[in-house]
Amino acid sequence: MTDLTATQKALGAEVAVRSAPYFPRKKKAITGRSIAVLAFLAICALFFCIPLYVVITTSFKTMDQIREGAMFALPNVWTLEAWDHAWNTACSGTRCEGLKVGFWNSVSILIPSLALSIGLSIVTGYALALWNVKWAGPFLFVLFICAFVPFQIIMFPLISMTATLKVYGSIWGVAIIHAVLAMPVLTLIFRNYYKDIPQEIMSAAIMDSGSFWKIFFEIILPMSGNILIVVLILQITSIWNDYLIGVTFGGLGAQPMTVNLANLITISTGTVRYNDNMAAALLTAIPPLVIYFFVGKLFVQGITAGAIKG
Amino acid sequence: MPRVSFEHITKTYGLLKVLDDLNLSIDDGDFLVLLGPSGCGKTTLLNLLAGLLDVTDGRIMIGERDVTDLDPKDRGLAMVFQSYALYPTKTVHGNLRFGLSASKLPREEIEKRIAWAAKLLQIEPLLNRKPGQLSGGQRQRVAIGRALVKNVSVFLFDEPLSNLDAKLRTEMRLEIKKLHDQLKSTIVYVTHDQIEAMTMATKIAVMNGGVIQQFGTPDEIYERPANLFVAGFIGSPAMNLRKAKLSVAAGKVEAVFASGVRLDVSDYPFASPPRDGDEVIAGLRPEHFVLTATGPVAASFTVPVQYAERTGPDASAYFKFEDELLALRVEPGAAAKLTPGQSIAVSYLKGKANLFDARTGQRM
Repeated sequence: MTDLTATQKALGAEVAVRSAPYFPRKKKAITGRSIAVLAFLAICALFFCIPLYVVITTSFKTMDQIREGAMFALPNVWTLEAWDHAWNTACSGTRCEGLKVGFWNSVSILIPSLALSIGLSIVTGYALALWNVKWAGPFLFVLFICAFVPFQIIMFPLISMTATLKVYGSIWGVAIIHAVLAMPVLTLIFRNYYKDIPQEIMSAAIMDSGSFWKIFFEIILPMSGNILIVVLILQITSIWNDYLIGVTFGGLGAQPMTVNLANLITISTGTVRYNDNMAAALLTAIPPLVIYFFVGKLFVQGITAGAIKG
Repeated sequence: MPRVSFEHITKTYGLLKVLDDLNLSIDDGDFLVLLGPSGCGKTTLLNLLAGLLDVTDGRIMIGERDVTDLDPKDRGLAMVFQSYALYPTKTVHGNLRFGLSASKLPREEIEKRIAWAAKLLQIEPLLNRKPGQLSGGQRQRVAIGRALVKNVSVFLFDEPLSNLDAKLRTEMRLEIKKLHDQLKSTIVYVTHDQIEAMTMATKIAVMNGGVIQQFGTPDEIYERPANLFVAGFIGSPAMNLRKAKLSVAAGKVEAVFASGVRLDVSDYPFASPPRDGDEVIAGLRPEHFVLTATGPVAASFTVPVQYAERTGPDASAYFKFEDELLALRVEPGAAAKLTPGQSIAVSYLKGKANLFDARTGQRM
């Protein structure tokens, strides 16, 4: 009986909704203010887009067309000649093997220094956040201070240290310096992330297993996806885009792509080959851009994800 | 025969002394509830037993073993946490299995135990789910399961029901009690909920300010509270505590209230002989009042009704007595007839009063 009346009521309500008078909302008119905002944003966008447009189009032009001087014109003939030249045969100093040397140098710097810096700092952060470490407070303070020491100040001692360790001028030298310099900040990032893991989960794990490494690999590491992506992107871009460490510690044999690019552009004799230079610059910039395109969304998720819910 | 005992336990945080020379011991198979308000040191005591905190001074024994300096995993304990503390990235099965990761058991034995615990707790259909896909009650079962698979003799519970809704809490309370009866294990259970304590415990330790106020069976704690703190803490509505003066005359002992009402306490088992004029505090349980006396009564007086409230099967009425409220348990039918301001004659049953020394607060 009550069910029946309830259904009837529900039906009635539905009918009432359907026959309810329709109040159309007025379309909002475009105001002067929003036009101003749009104009401002458009100018900002152009500010970035115009140089990018010039770089991209120039890299596809022939030198003959560039000499005509019409900077904003589209290429008459689209050609990959400049890209090929920049990648394979452009001269940096006396070697004319193009940017690919620097590219592979950068890759082989990137991988060990990523593994080293993330591997060390994730474990240090985990220990500092979740285990009772003696002197953890002072240690964190020192890390904090270290994170703000400018690289230029410790550059010279680092050069003599790497020379003593016989890694100066090698891929490993650059990789180790990258890892060492990133350690303080990365450790702080991991430590702060792990501080948000509920204490009771850690207590339970300590009672269940008690093993530092087992808890790390089975419980903590699977919970670290978000922060790992953030750190990975930060590290990849900063290592790839670095110039100073590469030029200081790379010597002649281990120059990363950025150093290679700079040499290629500055040490060219005769006419400046703008199309080659543009192509080379774009080639150097592509890897971090690719990373952003593919995992940028995860990056934002990782930054905004706070505590891990149990 | 695991018998848990705390011997002269002291715990300090810097200058703050949380526990001071605490002694407590329970027998095999006991269900000990550590009961007290927030900050009374009950969770600290549990964490000391679990090994999650280090004692400053003293010794903890489980059976014949001194576990004071053992690692948590080596103490032979299992713990259920308030927030369940399930591992979010592991399935229910993985959670139960990780509980056994310290014990180097063969694979079949691990699977056997997981199957046994899952059956016992009726979580078999959930074994492949992640904790995020479970409801509060289900998570609680998994947390208990993770403790059960360890097959230990002492279980620790840290306010395990406080995150559940009222209905679920009642159900889980019964289930934990049933588990205890079934497994005959020793349980140490921390809560601030006196109903949980009264219903589940075989022994209750009421704590306040880092000191055990009373240790005994639920009946002892309720019927014979050792001091004013226990008297006021246990019972809902709380025991009525009123100042009175003893009058001893011709073999008759009476507690005389300021308003002149006399409470006959001749049959009270005084620890030391009462003296005339002693300042006492009389503790009167709300349920020991009657509106219409059929047996012998210790006191009868007329008081005005303030208000009455019904809590389902029960009802409480509040009367004005010496400028303070006096709580009474009444029949729901009778409660409905009470109107505020109306004066009603009430009686207190004979032999039910509690007396405390007004100076020390201790039971007389």
